[in-house]
Amino acid sequence: MSERLLEVKDLSIEIATRRGPATIVDGIDLHVDKGETLGIVGESGCGKSLTMLSLVRLLPNKIRVSNGTAAFAGRDLLQLSSRELREVRGGKIGFVFQDPMTSLNPVMKIGEQLIEPLLYHREMSKAEARKRAGELLRLVGIPGAEQRLDSYPHELSGGMRQRVMIAIGLACEPELLIADEPTTALDVTIQAQIVDLVKDLRKRLGMSVVWITHDLALIAGLADRICVLYAGTVVEDAPVEQLFAEPAHPYTRGLLASIPRMDGEDAERLNSIGGTPPEPGRRPAGCPFAPRCPMAQEICRTTVPELQPLRGETTPHRVACHVANRVLEAA
Amino acid sequence: MSTALLRIENLRKHFPVRLGAFGEKQAVVHALDDVSFEIAEGETLSLVGESGCGKSTTGFAILNLHKPTSGRVVYKGEDIAVFDEKRMRPIRRDLQIVFQDPYSTLNPRMTVGEAVGEPILFHKLATRAELPGRIERLLGDVGLNARFAQRYPHELSGGQRQRVAIARALACEPRFIVCDEAISALDVSIQAQIINLLVDLQAKYGLTYLFIAHDLAVVRHISDRVGVMYLGRFAELGTRQQVFSNPLHPYTKALMSAVPEADPVAERTRQRQILTGDVPSPLDPPSGCRFHTRCPIAMEQCRSVVPEWHDRGAGHFVACHAVAG
Repeated sequence: MSERLLEVKDLSIEIATRRGPATIVDGIDLHVDKGETLGIVGESGCGKSLTMLSLVRLLPNKIRVSNGTAAFAGRDLLQLSSRELREVRGGKIGFVFQDPMTSLNPVMKIGEQLIEPLLYHREMSKAEARKRAGELLRLVGIPGAEQRLDSYPHELSGGMRQRVMIAIGLACEPELLIADEPTTALDVTIQAQIVDLVKDLRKRLGMSVVWITHDLALIAGLADRICVLYAGTVVEDAPVEQLFAEPAHPYTRGLLASIPRMDGEDAERLNSIGGTPPEPGRRPAGCPFAPRCPMAQEICRTTVPELQPLRGETTPHRVACHVANRVLEAA
Repeated sequence: MSTALLRIENLRKHFPVRLGAFGEKQAVVHALDDVSFEIAEGETLSLVGESGCGKSTTGFAILNLHKPTSGRVVYKGEDIAVFDEKRMRPIRRDLQIVFQDPYSTLNPRMTVGEAVGEPILFHKLATRAELPGRIERLLGDVGLNARFAQRYPHELSGGQRQRVAIARALACEPRFIVCDEAISALDVSIQAQIINLLVDLQAKYGLTYLFIAHDLAVVRHISDRVGVMYLGRFAELGTRQQVFSNPLHPYTKALMSAVPEADPVAERTRQRQILTGDVPSPLDPPSGCRFHTRCPIAMEQCRSVVPEWHDRGAGHFVACHAVAG
């Protein structure tokens, strides 16, 4: 049995609105094992980014955790003091965000931004940290790494900036790297470079990765396991091969059917999921997907389905759906 | 092959820029260089390539939203590239555009009905009395209920806003629509809805699309023909079948190879050809073939001689020394 690195239980997040608090994330359970890459997949507003941001208390104003625990290496992240939290942020947990232009400091040289976490977390001397910063840039494949330390972010291309973000995320050799749509703003060619880089680093450094994305094709080649989020809940959680071979939740099936395939038949029409996800504060009573679900039954509109092992077995494939078995039979 | 709706001849767009802290240095961005192609009536022609390859500039230059530096855009026998705004006005009725982000292109203070009705009144296509009926029909065309006419853009979801942007483009009964990354910002499940909508509208109104996108799987799904661009030039152009099943240019091959497949088993064993480095700066594009600095099979002549635009048969064009022989 593999060792748990992160275990999130019953995590709920709410946003303050004029009409009172509205739930955005509703009782999420998820875990990451040591050395594992977890893909978190979902559409905008499903809570995939907020869930991960909440772990290191980076939630925006008016949004707060209302319930849950997040055990990381035996300690509850949500209960840490600010001092303990600083040890974790950038130290044990590294972050890479979507847009490097807004997450890098535009008036600080690349080198200084890389050295900062090393001085803080690793108590290196400036000279040591600078040497290490150069190594990190080389590690992420930036040509002329040592000279680049004195560049400013605007002097680099988008792909290069994202590499710098990854280097900063990796600076202190974190046990967990959280990558929030790190390639969404990049071209496919650069995306392929970044994906290869992360795969390679993961192998060499033995770290765990959480990769947040809306791109199912991208995550297929990258993750060991995938959690599919819908409207702030985990609707399906399965090893990557099982999820693609036997998607059990109607939402997962709908998502997979709606992406055009490079090797597919020349279909006239794409399958699309009608309607739009519910807004926070207007969540339906039962299953949040029921209003858009082609297979919804009466029970789906009244009772929230629990995330359970598929077919009642002890498989790692879990799904939150009243009709999952019928979905599989229909396939 | 059906008749050409638009003929683009040697289109070139250079943007002068000032560099340096005080703007003391002058330079030229070679956004588009010597691009020629035709768009056939009723087809969907897609342009693909990395950011900065000139695909959007091509769309803008065709619509005369950027005045081309040189070259011709022939529509109905006339070169519209030299038209001023006044002469363009009646032409604009025929040639429309849908942008990536409807939130920044729809006026936040206009209701959906006003936004969709504006081009109808501008081009005098209906009287004020007929207008509500027209708007209702257009909203129906894009799958929106008539009550949406009273709403404001901020009350809509991203997919609904994009539907409104499409309805607005359709309002003046165009023949040609540039879809500039029109589905790129949408979520997967919504993206499929909009793609289907575009396909339906094309069938219903006989529309011609210039579809600019970076998602190759979507392009493969929607296109009749595909043009691959690199640093302001065409690398390859052909039918969807030709370009996707038999890519000739090394850049096209690399681009295809970078696209991830939604298949974990295949992805594990797949051999990728990953391009190293970034696209060079369009301020000072490489000599000869612009791709030679990243090309895995570059030869001596690629560094100095611009490859010719060469028809490999059946309308499959490629600009590459290595495959032209």
